[in-house]
Amino acid sequence: MKLSELHKGDRAMIKKIDSSEDLKIRLASFGVVRGSELSVEACSMGKKTMEIMVDDTLIGLRGEEAKEIEVEKL
Amino acid sequence: MDAIKIVLAGQPNVGKSMLINAMSGSNGLKVGNFSGVTVEKTELCFEHHCHMFEMVDLPGTYSISGFSQEEKVAHKYLLNEEYDVIINVLDSTHLKRNLLLTLELLKLNKKMVLALNMADEAKKENIEIDVRQIEKIIGVPVVLVSANTKEGVEELLEKVHEVADNQERIKSNITYSDVMEEEILEIETFLTQKGFALRDLSNREIALRLLFEDKDIYKELHDEPLMMELQPIILKALQHLYTHHDTKNVQEIKANEYHAIARGIHLETVRCQRNKGKKSLTKRIDEVLINKYLGIPIFLFLMWGLFQLTFTLGAIPMDWIDGAIGAFGDWVGSTISNEFMRNVIVDGIIAGVGAVLLFLPNIIILYIGIALLETTGYMSRVAFLLDGFFHKFGLHGKSFIPLVTGFGCSVPAYMAARTLKSEKDRLITLFIIGFMSCGARLPIYVLFTGAFFGADSAGNILFIIYISGAMLGLVMAKVLRVVVFKGEDEPFVMEMPKYRFPSFTLVWHTVYNNAKSYVKKAGTFILGASVLIWVLATYPNQPLLEQEYQTKIEQSAKEDAITLENELKMKKLEQSYLGKIGKASEPLFAPLGFDWKMTVALEAGLAAKEVVVSTLGVLYAIGDNVDENSNALSHELKKNISFASAMAFIVFVMIYLPCLAASMVFAKEAGGYKYLVYLFIFTTVTAWVFSFITYRILL
Ligand SMILES: Nc1nc2c(ncn2[C@@H]2O[C@H](COP(=O)(O)OP(=O)(O)OP(=O)(O)O)[C@@H](O)[C@H]2O)c(=O)[nH]1
Ligand SMILES: [Mg+2]
Repeated sequence: MKLSELHKGDRAMIKKIDSSEDLKIRLASFGVVRGSELSVEACSMGKKTMEIMVDDTLIGLRGEEAKEIEVEKL
Repeated sequence: MDAIKIVLAGQPNVGKSMLINAMSGSNGLKVGNFSGVTVEKTELCFEHHCHMFEMVDLPGTYSISGFSQEEKVAHKYLLNEEYDVIINVLDSTHLKRNLLLTLELLKLNKKMVLALNMADEAKKENIEIDVRQIEKIIGVPVVLVSANTKEGVEELLEKVHEVADNQERIKSNITYSDVMEEEILEIETFLTQKGFALRDLSNREIALRLLFEDKDIYKELHDEPLMMELQPIILKALQHLYTHHDTKNVQEIKANEYHAIARGIHLETVRCQRNKGKKSLTKRIDEVLINKYLGIPIFLFLMWGLFQLTFTLGAIPMDWIDGAIGAFGDWVGSTISNEFMRNVIVDGIIAGVGAVLLFLPNIIILYIGIALLETTGYMSRVAFLLDGFFHKFGLHGKSFIPLVTGFGCSVPAYMAARTLKSEKDRLITLFIIGFMSCGARLPIYVLFTGAFFGADSAGNILFIIYISGAMLGLVMAKVLRVVVFKGEDEPFVMEMPKYRFPSFTLVWHTVYNNAKSYVKKAGTFILGASVLIWVLATYPNQPLLEQEYQTKIEQSAKEDAITLENELKMKKLEQSYLGKIGKASEPLFAPLGFDWKMTVALEAGLAAKEVVVSTLGVLYAIGDNVDENSNALSHELKKNISFASAMAFIVFVMIYLPCLAASMVFAKEAGGYKYLVYLFIFTTVTAWVFSFITYRILL
């Protein structure tokens, strides 16, 4: 399933990232890579943006970017 | 004795700037709790144990292959400039992620020291770090420091000293995944068998670079006969790696390997006894502040509160300052006998500078608000909250940071726009920063709202002015996006820093520095401008006119004499140089309901926005009615200007071109003076149109 389909409080493991090269590098330096675990901390209205936590780092990203991240719910 | 040149590199928001402040014992560098505070390399020198240290503060960068403009600054510097030692600053509480950059920095082959910053926070979070073990693995000296409590700072300086003097480098013991190590060994053995050597690189290093497809090493090896035999070995190795990592993207393989190493080091050296189950403070605050429904209302409420305070709280000391300046003026007036000197000083300098100084309390309150936003960690949250909304207007959520900086001063705001990666996002942001009224425009608003609204509603009006300026900016962003800067959307990913309690010293320094420069400007630039305005408004002498009135006054009764005297003052003012300038351009602004004095004030405001107030101060001090007891500027304004013109004036001030200094920075950041011409046309036309509409509606 997609990261964008998760809700506040859900935990998941990242399966695949389908973003552009630049974004992949950026996400990787935040610790968002295949195999890392994340939890959804907050969503803004209409899931325009989501706040996720990976390895103790809080990251804000847009719903559209979250669509490109394939996860498995834990 | 040469200075040691030290460059600080690290991910954003790990405390590089604060660490330099701690090491040098100064407070020169700007510190804030969000990524992208430092956007330009900054140098700072200080002495330590009879040695000069030359520190270079770089913008934070997440990885060495930069992403946004300010990261490229760091990247370029690290690769191309001369320096002695790198201090790689890491956040001890996010070691794993920070180590990724360290691994990349190691590839630069420079002398390096690791500074594990935020030791105080790590202690609080029960994180224990085995410093010696990290040292052993990475092969460079490691020091645990805290820029906040200053522990370890002395040790860090000594280590830097040692490293700078020492020629030897310790070997690192970083191991990659088994598959990777196997292939490295294969290539390394081959190179050794061939007796190959390249610069000061070890064969292991060469093997690594070959496997990671480092372009430079391929270029260097291109003409070596050895390459022919090497090629099949590399190809085989890569095939092996591809199957192991399940991807053919070498960058991804590299990232995976680095992550594995960082995870390994972290596992081996960091012990963390976190109280499981207990939510961290940051998470609990986020529950409220970025709540789905409450988030934006809370933000708006806080902004509203700030402007209320700016007006109501600011009004208290304002009264004192007003009284003091008035009394000072009277006292000076009574002690100076030379009429010319008295007029220059009282009607020129004191009226002009005083009018500006009066608003110092408002400026201070505004800056306290901005400093709190910057130091608590709320800034990134608001960017997060507003991204959806901003996106609709063709802006990026991160634009919020330069825009909000613009409420203080446009100059740093233009520079802060560098954190936007997309060139188009950046240009749009640059064009609309001016719509965020800067601190220097605040006095004009306070003056006019104070004069034309009751004290109870002035705060709300102030809030409305700022919000409508911002909304107008958003609409203009949309227009620019649709008409001029069409293009792809940039992704929004952003680190949300931990909430930190705003330290008193940090807030104090931001506020103090800004207040100081405001007063300094009043004492220098504004003073000069006030004298100039006074001179232009007083000369040329008009003996004929004076004589004519003098005889009239002598012949008339007492009451008529006062009216006549006031009339003379007005006539003289109108025929002064300034009056002529104002009259010449008055037709342009007449449709907006501005008289020539307002016109002149606006024109003078192109130099600096404070000058608008000081010019009005001087003009009304000279034309001051003789029988008037209260000479407060706001009274004069209310008497002489209609409500509709005043509102149109506010609207014009809200929109028109920022001051000269800011305009120059704008041209530089946007990439040429042609952009400044666009900005001038864009803002002037918009200001005129909106001002016209306001005037006609209210008339
Ligand atoms: N508790 C604690 N906070 C620190 C320490 N060092 C820095 N901070 C805080 O961390 C935040 C970031 O500090 P900066 O010095 O602006 O970080 P930077 O690395 O220069 O950031 P950029 O310029 O954005 O790359 C600020 O809120 C500091 O108050 C420390 O040792 N302890
Ligand atoms: Mg900095």
